[in-house]
Amino acid sequence: MAGSAQPRTMFEKIWANHIVVDRPDGYTLLYVDRHLIHDGSYFAFQRLKSRNIKLRRPDLSFGTPDHYMPTDTRRKEDITNPNSRRMVTSLAIHGAETGVTVFDIGDRRNGIVHVVGPEQGITLPGITLVCGDSHTSTHGAFGCLAFGIGSSEVTHVMATQCLWQKKPKTMRITVDGHLGKGITGKDVILAIIAKIGAAGGTGYVLEYAGSAIRGLSMEGRMTLCNMSIEGGGRAGMIAPDDATYQFVAGRPYAPKGAEWDAALARWQALPTEDGAVFDREVTLNGPDIAPMVTFGTSPEDAVAVDGVVPDPAAATDVVKREGLTRALQYMGLRPGTPIGDISVDRVFIGSCTNSRIEDIRAAAAIAKGRKAVVPSWIVPGSGIIKEQAEAEGLDRIFKDAGFEWREAGCSMCLGMNGEIGRPEERIASTSNRNFVGRQGKGVRTHLVSPAMAAAAAVTGRFTDVRRLLD
Amino acid sequence: MTQEQTSSRVPFTSVTAIAVPIAQANVDTDQIIPARFLSLPRDEMAPHLFRDLRYNDNGTPKPEFVLNRPEYAKAEIVVAGRNFACGSSREMAVTVLQDYGIKSVIAPSYGDIFFNNCFQNGVLPIMLPEARVNQLLRFLLELPGASITVDLPTQTVLGPDGQSDRFEIDSFRKDCMLRGVDEIAMTLGYEADIAAFEQRSITARI
Repeated sequence: MAGSAQPRTMFEKIWANHIVVDRPDGYTLLYVDRHLIHDGSYFAFQRLKSRNIKLRRPDLSFGTPDHYMPTDTRRKEDITNPNSRRMVTSLAIHGAETGVTVFDIGDRRNGIVHVVGPEQGITLPGITLVCGDSHTSTHGAFGCLAFGIGSSEVTHVMATQCLWQKKPKTMRITVDGHLGKGITGKDVILAIIAKIGAAGGTGYVLEYAGSAIRGLSMEGRMTLCNMSIEGGGRAGMIAPDDATYQFVAGRPYAPKGAEWDAALARWQALPTEDGAVFDREVTLNGPDIAPMVTFGTSPEDAVAVDGVVPDPAAATDVVKREGLTRALQYMGLRPGTPIGDISVDRVFIGSCTNSRIEDIRAAAAIAKGRKAVVPSWIVPGSGIIKEQAEAEGLDRIFKDAGFEWREAGCSMCLGMNGEIGRPEERIASTSNRNFVGRQGKGVRTHLVSPAMAAAAAVTGRFTDVRRLLD
Repeated sequence: MTQEQTSSRVPFTSVTAIAVPIAQANVDTDQIIPARFLSLPRDEMAPHLFRDLRYNDNGTPKPEFVLNRPEYAKAEIVVAGRNFACGSSREMAVTVLQDYGIKSVIAPSYGDIFFNNCFQNGVLPIMLPEARVNQLLRFLLELPGASITVDLPTQTVLGPDGQSDRFEIDSFRKDCMLRGVDEIAMTLGYEADIAAFEQRSITARI
């Protein structure tokens, strides 16, 4: 038998392992191994309750409030908006009612759901994982199939532990070669989205491959997979390897002992086999990637820091031209302006894209011995990351440099907790979306890596971080 | 399982209605319903559809925005540019459109999660080639208040120019829409299969 079967992609293997029912009309009832829940899942719990349906597998469901909690306090009673307070306080109550484990506010394990899952060893290679949040693609960094769903499907998973799915197409994005000094997973994914477009991955599961990807840490891989959705992809994934296993080993919910050995053997069989066919292949040259900055209102509007704001008139596609014109008007930018000449009013370092320990270390390396010249926030991804950073003295570096060191949460990535910018304020942000109004009405968001954000904080404008290193 | 047990939504068959053109690409879910309104109860959220495109800071309507023009006010169909409703998984992007009265959306492509969320709520998302969508957008802008017919059984969109286009839809989705099937009730009918899977799967055990 061996050798005669068609070589399979990692996605195909994981998909095949989770088929509960295959219908003749092409739809599959797919089993969900892990369901992550956050404070925004409030309405799904309510719907389940109103229909008097039991949550099927509380042992496979984990919750953490993150979206609505302010990051200057850990007291729920400090939440001034009564609707937001209800969303946050209800999660622990719903958890107790249904048996779902909740890492509540005040628990050091609390944090952003896409940081907490991997940190606790809930995210594992080979599994299927869903969450009512589009950045669930983050978890694919471990070689699992992870994607975001809406509130109705959250209710569906609570009730059945399954989802109806049509098998998506596959796209492999290969980045080979060494990444330059100061180039991070964030720059790689912005370069990829600039190349394929914000809808380039629609209908596909993306697999990232190549030596540049292999060379990324798990944090870098999570950043990369996190923004798969910004390129339209349903999910992003990277084959597990020693870096993956080292990250997972010993985490609270990861397998132990004989179970670990058995799991490891299964995981090592996951990677895409030689000769497996993808529906689409895209390649980028790693050494060509520079620190990236977005200039517009779609993540595809990204250029290298040494580039200029492009001229909409140069776009051949009329829809693209009109979109860019509108975007530059919103952003208050003129075509031809060097990115390095754009000054910023504020800096946000955080979000499920870039709030992990490596991100915070990278920002600290730039902040050390310098002074922030604009208001700058550091929002760690979890209580555990905050503790770890403090143990390494990073909070001291930031405070000495005039940065604000805050509690864990989604914070200014989307401002659901009230932490937003002012109209026309220009923010260098390590988050994932530069949409119109995303960080507050009229706010102008530029997406960058943590090191680039820190460089903007200490210079007041977009500065090539490579010039501030060593 | 009988149809009575699994039907909960209003079935979708056909709609003939005024169509409103949203002639932009990449209209994201943050624009459809900004995050600051997401904790509101559904009935209080409804007025905030396209809030920042539709209203000035002081709450007065922006006269240039299409939904503020009287000819489009009773629209039940949205025609939009590519990658419509990309971004966040917030299902409220569907329900605020639905609560406005929108029953179907026509665009060249969609944000993947929004596309799925539409079916969960009985709103029909249709994909037509970009050239045809651009044609429809031009017609609707030139003839404000013009109607489009969306017919699910025959899978056709009849434009104000009299041109009929066929659209593709998975038979599973079509059947669920036509019957108003509630997916949870339907899936609970597969309980034996789910339980059997849990017995044989390693990853379903913790």
